Amino acid sequence: MSGGAPAGAAGGRPRVGLFVTCLVDLYRPTVGFAAVKLLEDAGCEVVVPEAQTCCGQPAYNSGDRPDAMAIARQVIEAFRGFDYVVVPSGSCGGMLKDHYPALLAGDPAMKDAAEDLARRTFELTSFLVDVLGFENVRASLATSATYHDSCSGLRELGIKAQPRRLLAKVDGLELKELPGAEVCCGFGGTFCVKYPEISTDIVAKKTADIVATGASLLLAGDMGCLLNMAGRLKREGASVKVRHVAEVLAGMTDEPAIGEGGG
Amino acid sequence: MSAFPVTSRNFRKNTAKAHADENLRKALKRMESGAIVRRAAVVAELPEFDALRDEALAIKNHVLGNLDFYLERFEAQVKAQGGHVHWCATPRQARETILSICQAVGARTATKGKSMIAEEIALNPFLEENGIEPVETDLGEYIIQLADEPPSHIIGPALHKTKEQVTELFHQHHRKYGREERVTDPQALVNEAREILRQKYIDADVGITGANFLIAETGSTIIVTNEGNGDLTQMLPRVHVVITSIEKVVPTLEDVSTILRVLARSATGQEFSSYTTFSTGPKRAGDLDGPEQFHVVLLDNGRSDLLGTEMQDLLRCIRCGACMNHCPVYHSVGGHAYGWVYPGPIGAALDPHFLGIEEAQHLPNASTFCGRCESVCPMRIPLPDIMRHWRERAFESAVTPPQQRFGIRLWAWVAMRPALYRAGARLAMRLLAWLGRREGRLSSLPFAGGWTAGRDLPAPQGRTFQELWAARRGARK
Repeated sequence: MSGGAPAGAAGGRPRVGLFVTCLVDLYRPTVGFAAVKLLEDAGCEVVVPEAQTCCGQPAYNSGDRPDAMAIARQVIEAFRGFDYVVVPSGSCGGMLKDHYPALLAGDPAMKDAAEDLARRTFELTSFLVDVLGFENVRASLATSATYHDSCSGLRELGIKAQPRRLLAKVDGLELKELPGAEVCCGFGGTFCVKYPEISTDIVAKKTADIVATGASLLLAGDMGCLLNMAGRLKREGASVKVRHVAEVLAGMTDEPAIGEGGG
Repeated sequence: MSAFPVTSRNFRKNTAKAHADENLRKALKRMESGAIVRRAAVVAELPEFDALRDEALAIKNHVLGNLDFYLERFEAQVKAQGGHVHWCATPRQARETILSICQAVGARTATKGKSMIAEEIALNPFLEENGIEPVETDLGEYIIQLADEPPSHIIGPALHKTKEQVTELFHQHHRKYGREERVTDPQALVNEAREILRQKYIDADVGITGANFLIAETGSTIIVTNEGNGDLTQMLPRVHVVITSIEKVVPTLEDVSTILRVLARSATGQEFSSYTTFSTGPKRAGDLDGPEQFHVVLLDNGRSDLLGTEMQDLLRCIRCGACMNHCPVYHSVGGHAYGWVYPGPIGAALDPHFLGIEEAQHLPNASTFCGRCESVCPMRIPLPDIMRHWRERAFESAVTPPQQRFGIRLWAWVAMRPALYRAGARLAMRLLAWLGRREGRLSSLPFAGGWTAGRDLPAPQGRTFQELWAARRGARK
């Protein structure tokens, strides 16, 4: 293994709590297993606390602050004691890292715990690259892919180079840059069902850009954006396949792509 | 001209109208490539841009912490230069103040430079009702005045108009000046407007401009423009009225230089605008030209209520428009859909304060929180956070629709019970996967019509991660 994981608090392998995220849990367990595989390949011990459900963003961004705070406390409790908390999503990662400390700043009992969780929390690709210096991607996929930078990961957590750096190590994969990769796909959590006409208008521009790259595969690091873009691509009858970046990095691309049937 | 009704409440209807307007869609499409590319290029050329943003932000925060002091200093300096300052708490006071200044000199026409505060107080219809003709001299404002429409962008008010529409407007309105020909060339259109406005400048009794900044140490007001119309508006008539708002004050000329360096770059992608014009009092003895009277109408309109609140950062705004230039929602719906004077992310964060959250509740909700607005804001205003505060206020005060409130609260109740959540999730995902088993996706689904109207819903894989993980752990034991 290259890079070498920093030792855990107890001196052994770093103990990582995986925050699966609700969409990966419900929709695409493959992404969760891909994250586990990558973390184990990088020398971590991975634990999945049972008491996790969602990071609370639907409540937080709907203005339901009390429920968002309650869910934040539940997540903080569930992830006490791990060396790191890793999230296969920039959006949920940003919630834990950026928004929990703000949300609980006025709660003396939880303020420090929220900040402590924030310090230990990383989005998956940034954890692999920035914390572990992981280089040993053992995957091959002979295709051309393009990558969409999901907004929260990009602007809250600074994730841009990390997934590209890892994807560059996938055998046979050609990465074609997506024009406007930093422009929102129109998902926006509950936005996409509250204002579906605007959301559809935005995602239609995104899929036109995706198709124009000529790539066969679309990758991103957030299930919400992926479901949105895949749903639109399928509606348009586009042949572009859609996957979470972790699936490709872990070499777990046997399952049908998002929104594809059969297998 | 009509007073434009507030239509923020009808945001959905406005959106549908915008989506059906092909001219608007073309105009918005142009903007996506133009403004964004120009800003990025000019910012890339200035390595200290982010450091300047921080300086600019610090200046504004300092002012907002000492606003009373700097406003009084400004007032004293304006008076010392022979000018007048009129403190106006409400739009109505501001309108009436301006009217009485006009009436005192028997004004019949007033030329106007571009001013968002004049839009905020609905000045034009009020002047017209009182027998004074307001003449917009900014080309964009002039176009929408002819069209009897509100601005759709804070720095490009006629952004939604096509060249062809301008040709028709000019043809229709310029006949009375003896111009029968349809002009189509853009430069010829500009020249035609210029020639007609030239006489208006000379005829006007009062010139009304806005102000981008007020300088406390000198009592100067500043306008930043590209057409030169502002200079003629304020130099030629006998009376110059500056309509502005309290948060525009900065301490010194040095401070304003710093902020000017981020303003034009953020707004139009220029290093500096063509004209940056300073006005300091009326014409002095020995001056060759300039107005005989200099009035500053200083509007509050509830801005001071924002001081010390979680929304105070809104008062740092320098009205550059970068947030709307970079906003995917603005790109989709344009400015008029927001239904009031300030569109885009700044409008979504600011309008509820002026209109009330009940009227404006759609605006802070209609955001994906993509954060691009905040990332380009020269003043680093946390626009998504402020929109979220408005969502909280709407949720607390039951302005949020009951079905949304109930849905979120029910979901949260389940999410706080992991065992129940896991069991429910297992069942729901099995069902959804079964429904989508053939294609791997669903093209329609009850209760998800919003999603499936414009895209398919990918089917889940069938079993939840938690379920499979528990099985794997069991097998390992």
